[in-house]
Amino acid sequence: MMSVFPFIVVAWILAVGLYGVVTSRHLVHQIICLIVVQSSTYVLLLAVGYVTGAVAPYYFDVPDHTPAVDPVVQALALTDVVVEAAVTALLLSFAIQAHKRFGTLDPQELVSLKG
Amino acid sequence: MTPGQRRWVFLLAGIGFVAFFLWGLSGLPGFGNYPGPYGPAILRVAVAQTRATGVVSAINFDYRGFDTVGEEFILFAAAAGVSVVLRRLRGEQERSALDQAADRHVPSTSGAVRMMALFFTGPVVVAGWWLASHAQTSPSGGFQGGVVLATAFVLIYLAGEFLVFKRFSPVTLTDVVEAVGAGGFAAVGLSAVLMGLPYLTNFLPLGQIPGAVSSSGTIALISFFVGVEVAAAFILIVGELLEQTLLIRRGDS
Repeated sequence: MMSVFPFIVVAWILAVGLYGVVTSRHLVHQIICLIVVQSSTYVLLLAVGYVTGAVAPYYFDVPDHTPAVDPVVQALALTDVVVEAAVTALLLSFAIQAHKRFGTLDPQELVSLKG
Repeated sequence: MTPGQRRWVFLLAGIGFVAFFLWGLSGLPGFGNYPGPYGPAILRVAVAQTRATGVVSAINFDYRGFDTVGEEFILFAAAAGVSVVLRRLRGEQERSALDQAADRHVPSTSGAVRMMALFFTGPVVVAGWWLASHAQTSPSGGFQGGVVLATAFVLIYLAGEFLVFKRFSPVTLTDVVEAVGAGGFAAVGLSAVLMGLPYLTNFLPLGQIPGAVSSSGTIALISFFVGVEVAAAFILIVGELLEQTLLIRRGDS
């Protein structure tokens, strides 16, 4: 059970986020749900690269060649975080303009306004 | 589609997703038994090859440096996108940042907030530079340091007002700094090409002591440029959003 538990957590975060995106009635809420969806990828990346009993991939005060967790997925997670922050800022500015233009932030009303 | 129908479609898709996910899980090596060849291969050689003790930074700024160039330009494009999307629309006008009704009573920022913001500004700048300049030794680097540096400018806004924030980060200057950061990274790669080496080759002297700030050649240099770029990009984004809230108004009055 323990060997798949982190991956179940990933699926749960992804599903909860997607449910929020699908049922959201407010654009800002929807954007935050999208962040939740993306957070599942951090857990997935870090879980995939984890090695039992290993240290962090920093050899500052441990001897060289100590077993360490996979550094490649950690670099990917770092990339992931930065891109998420940038994309969120862009999406939020779209939400601002949508509200100015249509006077609502409800995605369903926005759809009925512009078929 | 009504919200109810939407939920049913989602439920159906969810059942399919769970089935495929469980199928995929059955083939995974299990938590804690990472078998991949790439990560361990880099771990074996990274410290000897780059003299950087932070292997994650060595990957980001050296082994997979080309991918990070792409990532940095995503951030650059997003900051530019925010500026474009939040431009003044037709029928809107931008007010001066000066208070129009000077005699109006505005509740001033509380002393506690100003005190804390001022108190933290200096340490935050130091922490940001420390992070941006220690990518090669510890879990830090330009991305983390840049965000912390940008926070210092938000603190300035909190302690003072929008005018002070603008004085510390004029848009033209921030634009130039952002471009220098993004271009610097690309230029480090191009310098290697000019020397007849592949793009982004670590051509600087690596230093002798792994984990020293002066070690690791271009990793430290690229981390510095990334820090500058990230800080400027986030200051721009925050500035655009504040401007949108405080200055842009509908109508011509």
